[in-house]
Amino acid sequence: MQDFFHMGGYAFYVWPAYALSLVVLMGQLWVAVQRRRKLIRDIEVQNRDPETRT
Amino acid sequence: MWIWFHKFGSPRYFYDLAGRLIPWLGGACAVLMAVGLYLGLFVAPSDYQQGESYRIIYIHVPSAWMSMFVYVVMASAGTVVLIWRVKLAEIIASVSAPLGASFTFLALATGSLWGKPMWGTWWVWDARLTSELILLFLYFGFMALEAAIEDKRTAARATAILSLVGVINIPIIHYSVYWWNTLHQGATVTKMDTPSIHLSMLIPLLLMAAAFQLYYATVLLMGARTELLSRERRTRWVAEVIRNS
Amino acid sequence: MPSTDTSLRTVAEPSTLVAVRALMRRDLTLAYRHRSELLNPLLFFVIVVSLFPLGISPEAKTLQMVAPGVIWVAALLANLLSLDLLFRTDFEDGTLERFLLSPHPLPLLVLAKTAAHWIVVALPMIVFAPVLGQLLFLQPGAYWTLLATLALGTPVLSLIGGIGMGLTVGLRRGGVLLSLLILPLYVPVLIFGATAVDAAGAGLDVSGHLSFLGALLLLAITLAPLATSAALRVSLS
Repeated sequence: MQDFFHMGGYAFYVWPAYALSLVVLMGQLWVAVQRRRKLIRDIEVQNRDPETRT
Repeated sequence: MWIWFHKFGSPRYFYDLAGRLIPWLGGACAVLMAVGLYLGLFVAPSDYQQGESYRIIYIHVPSAWMSMFVYVVMASAGTVVLIWRVKLAEIIASVSAPLGASFTFLALATGSLWGKPMWGTWWVWDARLTSELILLFLYFGFMALEAAIEDKRTAARATAILSLVGVINIPIIHYSVYWWNTLHQGATVTKMDTPSIHLSMLIPLLLMAAAFQLYYATVLLMGARTELLSRERRTRWVAEVIRNS
Repeated sequence: MPSTDTSLRTVAEPSTLVAVRALMRRDLTLAYRHRSELLNPLLFFVIVVSLFPLGISPEAKTLQMVAPGVIWVAALLANLLSLDLLFRTDFEDGTLERFLLSPHPLPLLVLAKTAAHWIVVALPMIVFAPVLGQLLFLQPGAYWTLLATLALGTPVLSLIGGIGMGLTVGLRRGGVLLSLLILPLYVPVLIFGATAVDAAGAGLDVSGHLSFLGALLLLAITLAPLATSAALRVSLS
């Protein structure tokens, strides 16, 4: 197991690469989820007060 | 064909279909990625030349492939926008741009992390890295133009033209950068592409590539659904969808 | 100038060739009337090049090495900054709208405007380039190649730049955006232009480079006006 994390001495390069990819890909996913939540809230508000409807 | 086109292009139909597809695509993505990572990180042997550092390939190469694939998707969607003015194609191009830029960024960053132990520097003006960099600029241009035009439908058509110009230019840029690079430094520098790759390394690579494709499809559909709701927020079907959610 | 203007109107339905010629003459006349403005890209070209010795080193050897790249990058930036002249004033006074309504194919009108722009902006730079070569101690064998690559390459820059200008002409702050859109697309021209001059300085054959630039020019002439026309129609819709 130790060997695995050590990556033959390249751990400093291999793991940041994987970590960065995880962060970017999960980040995009998170942004997609958040945007949807916020939009649904907005539309709910918009539909609740008919005055703001155009 | 036209009926299908119409049906698929109808926002409500797409919204529901995408909603049903997303869990399957996302699930398949997770499974393939888990298997690919397991095979790639635990099972595949280490490279006789590069040791363990080559394992970056399992994210670097799929990212690089996706960076080009997504641009082609954007240009194809752009063609549909310019010819048929399909709203859905506008949305697909618009949602794809940040995803493609992310893949391009990942390809560059992981390439740099791979390059440091192999070349001794964080950056080399290697032909592939250089064309990826220019591709990243093209993505930024696309997003900047989209952000600069207020009306979304006008923005969609303008960016569609830009993406078509870009897609014609990418092979030319790639070729000229390649040629420029071989002129300046020996081709031996590119250790990244070993001509033949062992099957035990190839299988996890292909699995990861498929997982990246599925990831793109999942997030694209999620983004497209949101964008669709946003653009159609005044319609009855959106009100219905929101009420039922 | 009423005489040139009427030929663009649909009243008499002049042939396309006449319209294209009239348009070029009009643009050149207009440019001649604002000649002080035209000097600006050329001055920019010269000033940028003369900044490099100050920034790098006055040593002949060093400058000689970077000369082809510096001259080409400066030409490229000067071209970029001059793109505003291509459509901006016509957009502001509404002339551009009339082009879109004219019965003549828009891509040809765009091509005519681009040609006029090239004559006005790039031609003086090409004429002046040998002087800059002197300033940077360019290899004596490279002068003809420098002229040839600039002659083949700068029209491509104007044509590609036209697409970007077409896309951003309706935007209030299009300047920086324009460079973001266009500069990546300039890369092949820069690479082949600068390396050809480099190779010629080393006494190598440059016919390959030149034919590639020629191919780029043909491609740009056929496709760029179509894209520019489409872009203008979107921007003015």
